[in-house]
Amino acid sequence: MPVREGGGSYPGDGVKRMADVNLTVDGKKLTAPAGTLLIEACKSVGIEVPSFCYYPGLSLQGACRMCVVKIEKMPKLQTACTTVVTEGMVVATDNDEVRQARKAMVELLLGNHPLDCPVCDAGGECELQDMTFSYGASESKFMEAKNHREEQQWSPVVYFDRPRCILCYRCVRVCGEGMDVWALGVQNRGVSSIIAPNQDDHLECEECGMCIDICPVGALTSGAYRYKTRPWEMNHVGTVCTHCGDGCKTTLGVRRCDTGMEIVRGDNRDKSGINNDFLCIKGRYAFDFAHSEERIMQPLIRKSGKLMPSTWEEAFELIGKRFAEVRDKDGGLAIGVVGSTRTTNEENYLLSKFARVVLKTNNVDHHRTADFPALAAALHSKPGQTASMRDVLTAPAILLIGNDPTNQHPLLAWQIRTNVRLRRAKLYVINSAPIKLQKQAAGFGLLPAGAEAKAVAFLGGDDSQLDSLVSDGTTREAWTALRDKIRAEQNLVIAFGSELRAQDIQTLVSVSSSLSGAKLICLGDYANSRGAADMGLYPDLLPGYQPVSEGGRFQQDWGALPAEKGLSLPEMVDAAKAGKLKALYVVGSNPIGRLGIDPFTFSKSLVVVQDMFLTETATIADVVLPAANSYEKSGTFTNTCGDLQLVKKAGEVTGTKPDFEMIVRIADAMGFDVRSLVPFGGGTHADMGQTRGAQSGEADRHAVWLEAHNLEPKMTPFDPMAILDEIQRVVAGYDVSRTNLLAGADQHIEIAHCGVGASHKPELIVPANDDLFSSGTLGRYSHTLNSVYENKPAESEIAAD
Amino acid sequence: MKFSQEFEQRFADMLTHYPTKRSALVPTLLYAQDEAGALTDEVIVELAQRLDLTELEVRNVISYYSMLTTKPRGKYNVQVCTNIACMLRGGEELLNHCQKKLGIGHKGTTQDGLFSLEEVECIGACSWAPAVQVNYDFHENLTVDKMDQVLDEYKKKGTM
Repeated sequence: MPVREGGGSYPGDGVKRMADVNLTVDGKKLTAPAGTLLIEACKSVGIEVPSFCYYPGLSLQGACRMCVVKIEKMPKLQTACTTVVTEGMVVATDNDEVRQARKAMVELLLGNHPLDCPVCDAGGECELQDMTFSYGASESKFMEAKNHREEQQWSPVVYFDRPRCILCYRCVRVCGEGMDVWALGVQNRGVSSIIAPNQDDHLECEECGMCIDICPVGALTSGAYRYKTRPWEMNHVGTVCTHCGDGCKTTLGVRRCDTGMEIVRGDNRDKSGINNDFLCIKGRYAFDFAHSEERIMQPLIRKSGKLMPSTWEEAFELIGKRFAEVRDKDGGLAIGVVGSTRTTNEENYLLSKFARVVLKTNNVDHHRTADFPALAAALHSKPGQTASMRDVLTAPAILLIGNDPTNQHPLLAWQIRTNVRLRRAKLYVINSAPIKLQKQAAGFGLLPAGAEAKAVAFLGGDDSQLDSLVSDGTTREAWTALRDKIRAEQNLVIAFGSELRAQDIQTLVSVSSSLSGAKLICLGDYANSRGAADMGLYPDLLPGYQPVSEGGRFQQDWGALPAEKGLSLPEMVDAAKAGKLKALYVVGSNPIGRLGIDPFTFSKSLVVVQDMFLTETATIADVVLPAANSYEKSGTFTNTCGDLQLVKKAGEVTGTKPDFEMIVRIADAMGFDVRSLVPFGGGTHADMGQTRGAQSGEADRHAVWLEAHNLEPKMTPFDPMAILDEIQRVVAGYDVSRTNLLAGADQHIEIAHCGVGASHKPELIVPANDDLFSSGTLGRYSHTLNSVYENKPAESEIAAD
Repeated sequence: MKFSQEFEQRFADMLTHYPTKRSALVPTLLYAQDEAGALTDEVIVELAQRLDLTELEVRNVISYYSMLTTKPRGKYNVQVCTNIACMLRGGEELLNHCQKKLGIGHKGTTQDGLFSLEEVECIGACSWAPAVQVNYDFHENLTVDKMDQVLDEYKKKGTM
């Protein structure tokens, strides 16, 4: 909330607001918009008013009494969290009376709070600990014995330690208001009050863990983290979640372990990134696949029918030799490349380039979950028509066509709920099934299954579609009324699922272009599905949706390129069956497991797989290279909205390598000059320090410092930042501020400046159909996600199968 | 779950009194308890559904108010006030006497299901202390003897 000291006018933001209010806090004069809470006004000028129960964005509670302040002309101390600023108010936030009152509150809370800080998870980052240090209630007048209760496990991830609870009710509010789950409540009254789960002794909920992170003390603790470490023993790395396509920032707590760096915690308590403090179960707990027992830790080569452990050198030499043989004998057409939706943009770009330049093939594809090329085609040269994830939080109205964000895009659902709750945005939902978000909707249209495209045409004015939209839930009149409401909205954000493909997206864009200020979000399923599409993992498209037939600047940058359109994944399968596909290179993907391809299809092809696990695809491979996941490397991800964010290395598992390095080393083993693949070196003009004398270690220290700050010096061909330079230079839309990106800010990509895109067959899109507790192949190796499934009541277990 | 016609009328009327549905919860709970004897799981499910609340929220409210109960009480709920005015005028003796006579303690119920006993805070009858409330009826200016008469009368009424 904008508040400034000493008055002055606000830059015109087009919003009519009430007159500002002048007040004095601790002798400082300040001005705040009418309606501002005193606690927020104080915060804006750097005066901290302590509180437990107050939490921005949640309803006011006034329970903890820590934020009491003295306001002149008011008889008693007032709570700053529930008091609205008024003209001429004179406030003291830190006089003896106030300090005494706060000390008494801390003393009261400590009356029953156990002093088990040395073993408590929250020790070192506990708000009650901080307050006790600030207000010094080290002595107590209470003589009563403490009322102890054993800790309770409420779910696989949520534990409750009742005596530590200070009854601030943040957990109850964030679960109800924030998540719209309402799984926590307050049982009994007064001193007997306790936080209670919805199922008597356990929780039935979305397992998001918001209650744990919001708890100011150690009353709610995480099954994944409890008793493992102390906050000061970890490094904290802010990176992007590797699960769905929303691109939440997650701060990973990492600690040294036998095999490298172990990730022990995920949260976003620093409120960085587009998700503020939101994370779902996957971002908060499902990093544990990284430490799965089943991870491959060394290269495997098939020898007499069996995958046998080998060395990196032997593996690269073999792959390089065989790939070169196939290329030189059968041509690039005999090689297929399948890329990943969970590798970085730099890796996807490099793979795309490697396929075209080194393998001489356009047979490139990936697991497609949304039709981004159709969006690129429809929005070509029409800038300003895509929305970022941040826009969803502030848009006056949102239209959701298809998809179920609560399950498939938890951050999108959070943004929508928060916007509806705090800014009264209007939500319109068009879906073939009832979804949870319809509770927030101002209008809901229930469709017969598969009629989403007809609904779009109807929105565009095609009344002939009306009959096919009518369902038990929504009549003809209701549809017309819904259309009128939607068409009247200004600055509408339209998010659509993979139900809309190819021509439907063209229709949708023509509808949205006719609405004032409307912007689009195309919903793809995996962490870097958008990046895989943007970086040209298509048989007919180069990075930036540039058709292969018009190589354009890529021809200049990359050299001669195959101009014929390559094979899509189903076509590669056919070619393999016909014995024409001699080699298949799969990077971080599991097409056999995820797309139902017969594993014997590739029995005559050389199959090379880079993955973390022996997936269905890796099992049939001739060479398997153990890959690092996105938590173990640097680079960038593009979320489904087109927001580009920096991925930072947090964990490390000895024996694995990033896909980036493996691609470069295969190129090297094929005898290709890696300098023309990765433009490393030459980009850095920094003073790297002296090489002699007293400061002889300087160069190393510089490198260490640069690496620690993710400003890698680009001195090796394995440095993804060198490729990011090239991406920013040649991929349209990616020329965003590098400084902002490095500083951790998200940068929206303008798809309109890209190539002309393409029109693909709708059946090439296979939605992931993940829910809150599944995450493609990755989710199978997450102990947390599996344990949640095992704990679900029987009926949903059947549904999960 | 089926309630009486009278309950349904009251419920429908109640909903018109408040801007939001959930506000009707407390009076509705009281009426439902009077009718069903206690707020059983069945009642909670029904009312949660009618008022668009979670069962947890309904349980939270019930646990807050001592007048609301999830366990059946005796036919006559004897509520002895021991708040300041009643205490000064012998409320505690009355409570002790009731405990002895009925053979049950605070929140207990007699074997025959006729009486239950509760020690309660002020029931607003200070001018006529000590006072006891049995279901919705008040008995004032009590002594141990008068208390006996009151209990005997209820016993007679209850076993007729």
